Amino acid sequence: MNLDFSQLVPYIPFMLKGIWTTIQFVIVSIIVGSILGTVLALFKIGTVKPLRWFADAYTSIFRGTPLILQLMIIYYSVPQLTGYDINAFTSAVLAFGLNSSAYISEIIRAGIQAVDKGQMEAAQALGIPYRAMMKDIILPQALKNILPALMNEFITLTKESAIVSTIGYLDLMRRAQVVGSDLFRNFEPLLFVGFIYWCMVMVLTVIGRMIERRLKLSD
Amino acid sequence: MIKAQNLYKKFGSNLVLNDISATIKQGEVVSVIGPSGSGKSTFLRCLNLLEKPTSGTVLINETDLTAKGADIHKSRQQIGMVFQHFHLFPHLTVLENLTYAPIKVKGLKRAEANDKARLLLAKVGLSDKAAAYPSSLSGGQKQRVAIARALAMEPELLLFDEPTSALDPEMVKEVLDVMKDLAKSGMTMVVVTHEMGFAREVADRVIFLDHGTLVEEGSPAAFFASPKTERAREFLEKVL
Repeated sequence: MNLDFSQLVPYIPFMLKGIWTTIQFVIVSIIVGSILGTVLALFKIGTVKPLRWFADAYTSIFRGTPLILQLMIIYYSVPQLTGYDINAFTSAVLAFGLNSSAYISEIIRAGIQAVDKGQMEAAQALGIPYRAMMKDIILPQALKNILPALMNEFITLTKESAIVSTIGYLDLMRRAQVVGSDLFRNFEPLLFVGFIYWCMVMVLTVIGRMIERRLKLSD
Repeated sequence: MIKAQNLYKKFGSNLVLNDISATIKQGEVVSVIGPSGSGKSTFLRCLNLLEKPTSGTVLINETDLTAKGADIHKSRQQIGMVFQHFHLFPHLTVLENLTYAPIKVKGLKRAEANDKARLLLAKVGLSDKAAAYPSSLSGGQKQRVAIARALAMEPELLLFDEPTSALDPEMVKEVLDVMKDLAKSGMTMVVVTHEMGFAREVADRVIFLDHGTLVEEGSPAAFFASPKTERAREFLEKVL
């Protein structure tokens, strides 16, 4: 093994910039995925049949096909079909947001259904309307139960974000490849960004534990 | 006043309520008793439409809850309910449990809701627990909070679904005492219970259900001393 990290030094600022590019679209994707996922989960447990069918079909499509394929289709087909020149960032956010919303909706649905049915009855008996009941009574309790699963999904999303390198988005992974081909040395930049990915996931893990501890206050 | 007329409830092919009619007058305390599976709880849950009757009507002050397009949320605000398993909101403090619905549903100011809630907590003897979370309370304390939470909406009528059945024996009394005080204060109450002592002492009227039918009703004195029907007699022999 003749690893030589010293050659990497001039490229470090370039690669570090990838942290922000990656974080940027991961955060937006998580927000899109969470909002959409919550809506889909409410569709799934609701009583309006067409909405239930829609949510189920949606989940089955986005969970049933590879993420990289969804990304390609969005990035390459949108300009061809609509003439709109979609950029890499928007494609990435769309693909990841739509995809993770399918998973998140399943997590939230399970979380809502795991909340004691009596909670809903108590809220109904007090005359609390459905919206307020969901927002203030049921979802906060569901969230507490599903937090580990949700964090897991966010961690997966952070790591899988490396896929966007395939459409030329200059995220961490792509930058490692660029540096690798510039240096004719691939291991060092890959190991370097590998370490950064690990650090990012550790930060997420710690944040997750902190939130969990906060939510446990009422136990 | 709440009036149930010809209530039927089917779960699948199972007839749980079979043509039940009853009227509960303002200020009256009615105990609903009967063997398990007799439909007592279902009957109670039909009164605020937690269970939708298969047919029949429920009227509260002449408003038909079972009518199409009835504002069920509005009507439920007039009907408080206390559950066997309390169903306090675990992520809210005791005080928040009491104030959430008045603020959210009735539009009370927070300060006003807090003041009212504190009065109610004092009434059920739990003033010191305002900031506690439900998980730190005993069963009896939880049920007293649940009663206070129902009262916070200032309902005209309170429904109790076996309020002491999930409690340790030594905690039954503290809950029954609160209920007795309520009854004395003129609250209209419908109480599904296995506490024959409570039914006998506090209730103005006893309704006896068996197999989904209203078998017998009358004053507790008459019912417990000399039940008119064979089925009620058999039941009383087993429980007393």
